[in-house]
Amino acid sequence: MTVITKKPDSAIAHLTPEDIEELGRELDAIRQSVIDSRGESDARYIRRVIKTQRYLELGSRAVLLASMFPPAWVVGTAGLSVAKILDNMEIGHNILHGQWDWMRDPKIHSTVWEWDSASTAEGWKHSHNELHHTYTNIIGKDNDLGYGIMRVDEDQRWMPSSLLQPLFNFVNMLVFEYGIAAYDLELGRNLRLPKEKRPAEFAENVSKTLKKVRKQALKDYVVHPLLSGPSFLSTVAANLTANVVRNVWSHSVIMCGHFPEGVETYEKASIDPNETRGEWYLRQMLGSANISGSKAMHIMSGNLSHQIEHHLWPDLPSNRYAEVAPKVEALFEKYGLRYHSASMPAQVYSAWHKVVRLSLPNNWLATTKPSNLPSQLKVLWKMTRGSRAERRRLQQQLDLEAAYLA
Amino acid sequence: MRSNLDVMSSAALRSTTQRTTTPRAGGLRRSLGERLHKVASAAVTPLEPSDVLDLFNPLRRGAELRARIVAVHAETDDAATIELKPGKDWAGHIPGQYIRIGIDVDGRRQWRAYSLTHGPRPDRHISITVKAVPGGVVSQFLVHQAKPGTLVHLEQAAGEFVLDHTHHKLLFVTAGSGITPVIGMLRNLFPVTDSGVLGLDKLDQRSPSLSRGLDIVVVHLAPSEPQTIFRRNLTELHDSGAVTVIPRYDDVHGVFDVATLAELVPDLAERTTYACGPHGLLDALEAHHAERGLELYTEQFRVGAVEAGEGGTLSIAGQTLELDGATTILDAAEEAGVLMPSGCRMGICMGCILPLREGAVRDLRTGDVTVAVPGETPVAGLPVQTCISAAAGACTIEHKERVR
Repeated sequence: MTVITKKPDSAIAHLTPEDIEELGRELDAIRQSVIDSRGESDARYIRRVIKTQRYLELGSRAVLLASMFPPAWVVGTAGLSVAKILDNMEIGHNILHGQWDWMRDPKIHSTVWEWDSASTAEGWKHSHNELHHTYTNIIGKDNDLGYGIMRVDEDQRWMPSSLLQPLFNFVNMLVFEYGIAAYDLELGRNLRLPKEKRPAEFAENVSKTLKKVRKQALKDYVVHPLLSGPSFLSTVAANLTANVVRNVWSHSVIMCGHFPEGVETYEKASIDPNETRGEWYLRQMLGSANISGSKAMHIMSGNLSHQIEHHLWPDLPSNRYAEVAPKVEALFEKYGLRYHSASMPAQVYSAWHKVVRLSLPNNWLATTKPSNLPSQLKVLWKMTRGSRAERRRLQQQLDLEAAYLA
Repeated sequence: MRSNLDVMSSAALRSTTQRTTTPRAGGLRRSLGERLHKVASAAVTPLEPSDVLDLFNPLRRGAELRARIVAVHAETDDAATIELKPGKDWAGHIPGQYIRIGIDVDGRRQWRAYSLTHGPRPDRHISITVKAVPGGVVSQFLVHQAKPGTLVHLEQAAGEFVLDHTHHKLLFVTAGSGITPVIGMLRNLFPVTDSGVLGLDKLDQRSPSLSRGLDIVVVHLAPSEPQTIFRRNLTELHDSGAVTVIPRYDDVHGVFDVATLAELVPDLAERTTYACGPHGLLDALEAHHAERGLELYTEQFRVGAVEAGEGGTLSIAGQTLELDGATTILDAAEEAGVLMPSGCRMGICMGCILPLREGAVRDLRTGDVTVAVPGETPVAGLPVQTCISAAAGACTIEHKERVR
């Protein structure tokens, strides 16, 4: 996949500007129908999820007080993992989007909510709600796209360091909550700047994040283990496990949202500053992918399994995405667009495949067979060690071979 | 109630004395409590310990003030009394006062103010009586749909419309649901046949002089007899000779004219008047009493005439909104998704006040314009009631969206 506007057979070439505006109007009508019918049953839903999460977390932590007994460890760790996932996905992510602000409940409101994560709600709201949702899949603007470090598109220049990106992605998966915190701070970019050139609020945000990290760590690795008495160490292990399980799960869900093969990415320059509502909708439609599955899967993914619907309307209550999804899919069909949906294993595989493929030079994987593996590895070695000119020459060779094979 | 309050304040006094005489024990206990709270906070972060306790007992001491609906008693076809069990921190009330109550209707938190319609009761429950106003979101819900067991949010009782016990000859002029604060006063003074009210003997022991020597006339205005809330209580009070009730029904007596008040109440000049009802009645009474030099206490129930201005641009909570001259700042900001403090939504309870930093707003009841000029008006801004104020040109209202 390459940046959509460069493709000869663009997925949107068949749409006239009028089509796109009509599509926008039809999507607006779906949105309005949900807004008009928001009410008591929705409020009951989110309150029930919050209550369930709190009982589950308290219960699991209580069971873990006896975590030195293996059955208690297993039950408590499983429960705490689920509780942390619910907190981050269906509850935290969605409340922080303002999906429940309409209830005017000062306790369940995007301005006051805080979640079980290393990143502060405030920092995350800026990087996620403002940047990622506005500049979805625009290379260089949307940090969710490879977190500003990974190579996520053929059009980004391949560097020898790209080879490390599967490893980077794997480590990021294990420590995802810290990865998000770092990326909310734009740590990579800010640390490269000399101190005096960093934005004024950077130092303040760093100290807020460190405070949050400390509080989270104190709870999971000091207070709860101390309360467990003789089960101190096993409770530390349980909390660590639950945090890693949550990290792996949320990282996987998020990879499925924008990374699978076939999801479009965009060039910064190709986006009209006066992008219309219809065009914006179209970018969200093609830049997101859904996960199909059971109701439990939808809840555990925070309904990000309905990533397409979520990206169209980030502020609609998550429990309503499932109901509008068939209408959205029908619009994809009507306008001849691809509604990208597959099972979780398929999407996770596809996303990882893309990460690995792009860690290698363009067309390297496509031209490699078991029979020519040794020679291909030699090419890769030369591209890694050789000069820039050498790299360019070998790349042209790979491109030619691929064209020939095609 | 007065004596009740006295008891409470002397109890508070006693506990402070205790604290000052044994500072070390109190200090230790306090620091132990603080330490426990610190550990609990560290254990449940990012929640607060109170969030966890709320799961188990939302009416406990130290919780945000809430109440549970115990019962809903129909009063008329379109009015009901909601009996509430308030949380442990409920500080009591004086009959005539009102509460602000926050209830979720159709999933949305709505705040309104209602008069308390019982004197203090032995079971510590409180009650409000609500008339379902056509199109009224909260009143319709409370009368027709509220269910026992529902949790509502509450604020402590407030209001100045209470009896001054130095007067003995009183006249109440009430119209429609304007009877609600007055019935609270009457039920506190006289034990009506309502199982929730204190018995006469208890009342006499606690406060023997409360109802003795009082001479009370109630002129109550209503559209018709069946639509009169508390009709039974009023009749019983009248029949027992406790008070004299003079009902005026529009369908029988025609629309009430204040000029005829002296005919209904010949000794009007000797009485102190308490009036509660819509602004038209209150305005007329104020003019009437002022002319005759009579004492009058009033409580307004509905917002007066709406006077629209030119509108303008409102800046609030990081948003910029275009307002017409008739939309209140509260409505417009809520519509834009801002979490606003609110209450009676008619300019009475002061629950919606926010500081106006700059620019002008118009009071929709009076047309008065409030202007804030940085450098001339206080730095903290001028307090304005957002529920009855509309933009009158560009204005900036300070609101950090932290309601509690």
